[in-house]
Amino acid sequence: MSATLEIMRTGPLALLEDLGRPGLAHMGVSRSGAADRRAHTLANRLVANPDDRATVEVTFGGFSARVRGGDVAIAVTGADTDPSVNGVPFGTNSIHYAHDGQVISLGAPHSGLRSYLAVRGGIDVEPVLGSRSYDVMSAIGPQPLQPGDVLHVGEHTADFPELDQAPVAAIPQHGLLELLVVPGPRDGWFTDPDALVHTIWVATDRSDRVGMRLEGRPLQHRWPDRQLPSEGATRGAIQVPPNGLPVILGPDHPVTGGYPVIGVVANEDIDKLAQIRPGQYVRLHWSRPRRPNVN
Amino acid sequence: MTVTAESMDVTSGTGSVQVLDYGDQGLLLEFESTAEVLAWNDALREADLLGVLDVVPASRTVLLKLAAPRYQEPTRMRLSKLRIEQVVSRTGIDDVTAPIDQRADVEIDVTYDGADLEEVARLSGLTRDEVVAAHTAAPMRVGFGGFAPGFAYLVGGDERLHVPRRADPRTRVPAGSVAIAGEFSSVYPRESPGGWQLIGHTDTVMWDIERDPPALLTPGAWVRFRAIG
Repeated sequence: MSATLEIMRTGPLALLEDLGRPGLAHMGVSRSGAADRRAHTLANRLVANPDDRATVEVTFGGFSARVRGGDVAIAVTGADTDPSVNGVPFGTNSIHYAHDGQVISLGAPHSGLRSYLAVRGGIDVEPVLGSRSYDVMSAIGPQPLQPGDVLHVGEHTADFPELDQAPVAAIPQHGLLELLVVPGPRDGWFTDPDALVHTIWVATDRSDRVGMRLEGRPLQHRWPDRQLPSEGATRGAIQVPPNGLPVILGPDHPVTGGYPVIGVVANEDIDKLAQIRPGQYVRLHWSRPRRPNVN
Repeated sequence: MTVTAESMDVTSGTGSVQVLDYGDQGLLLEFESTAEVLAWNDALREADLLGVLDVVPASRTVLLKLAAPRYQEPTRMRLSKLRIEQVVSRTGIDDVTAPIDQRADVEIDVTYDGADLEEVARLSGLTRDEVVAAHTAAPMRVGFGGFAPGFAYLVGGDERLHVPRRADPRTRVPAGSVAIAGEFSSVYPRESPGGWQLIGHTDTVMWDIERDPPALLTPGAWVRFRAIG
């Protein structure tokens, strides 16, 4: 019998995620997958899993689970939640072992928002459309975890964990988060597109895996009466609805959207979005000079 | 409309197609019509370009989602070749108005009893029966998806039925609602908010995760509505 994790507490939201289901946009299905892919991948690597094994994405800590039916190798990455086994803390970004009957716990994060718990072998649930990710917008994939759920641990590969501890820069605790943004494609739809990078924005609590809403001085649409025909969207796209307040799309965004996209967060910085807390300040910078008069 | 080499010119900028950066791992291709979008969507899927994770057709654009930033420039260059090898040679698939003998890939039985049928009749200057006749007369084509899994934007319907969205969107539109707005027709795959004009309902399941593929309607498919009851 393989080991299982018996969920005791989930915190505000605990989801199974992997690298998502790309290639299905023509059916109206977004990629979804771990919001912080780097942290998800690191957690898997620490326990010698392939990158695409499912991990538990814990939003704002408060998670615990009991190990049953065997011993497991685990790692917790992303937001530092003082992870512990039976109350004994072990480091974030390191491999650790939990024995049959022991309880893995994640506290409240010091900084950041989302943590990833990987188990050697991965969480084994039936994939939906090729992925074990839950998409909060489409409600596709393994349902959000509930106390009492029992998760089976999958077969691990022949690889052995090679790394005890991965050096990862801590997520900054306070202050301003800075992100690089590639201009366009619809920056020309605004009277002053550069206002995007001259405003200090605040992440609001109306933010989830679909999108993060920013507050600040509203951007002005150049043609308030003109409607953009719907176009494809990606994670990191900064859509601006008629109220002028930007929404940065997350992994579970709709596949197409009708609001002009003023810029798209650079790939290098997209994972940082997953760790922004409500109330945190965000400053955006163009990744290159904006071309004038391009619609 | 015929797709010609000039209207497909990617590189010169003199034609109607522009390629815009969409972040550092996406490219947005702009077109004049949904017909061109469909032609390019087919060609791009067939071409199976290295590093292209997803092809997302929409009303006037096709978005290419790339696996990493390093694919952006090579893909842009490959697009200019694709014009010559794949798109221009295609004829007959570049029109969203059904040819007279067009067979439907999917038929959808509809009870035309929608809450907005009267309003659509008023807006279009037709009788209720004429609205139904116009909506069922010929197959329409799936242009693109979006909004929700299984939601398909159908194009090429009777122009007399091009009516605006409702000024006051509904917070709850029942699953299976057959609706129109602008140049599009669609069926709501599940209960959701929505601003389209509801003209009828169907029992046909638009999205079933257990089915392969789960979406009944995918871009390029021809769809015919049939009035029942």
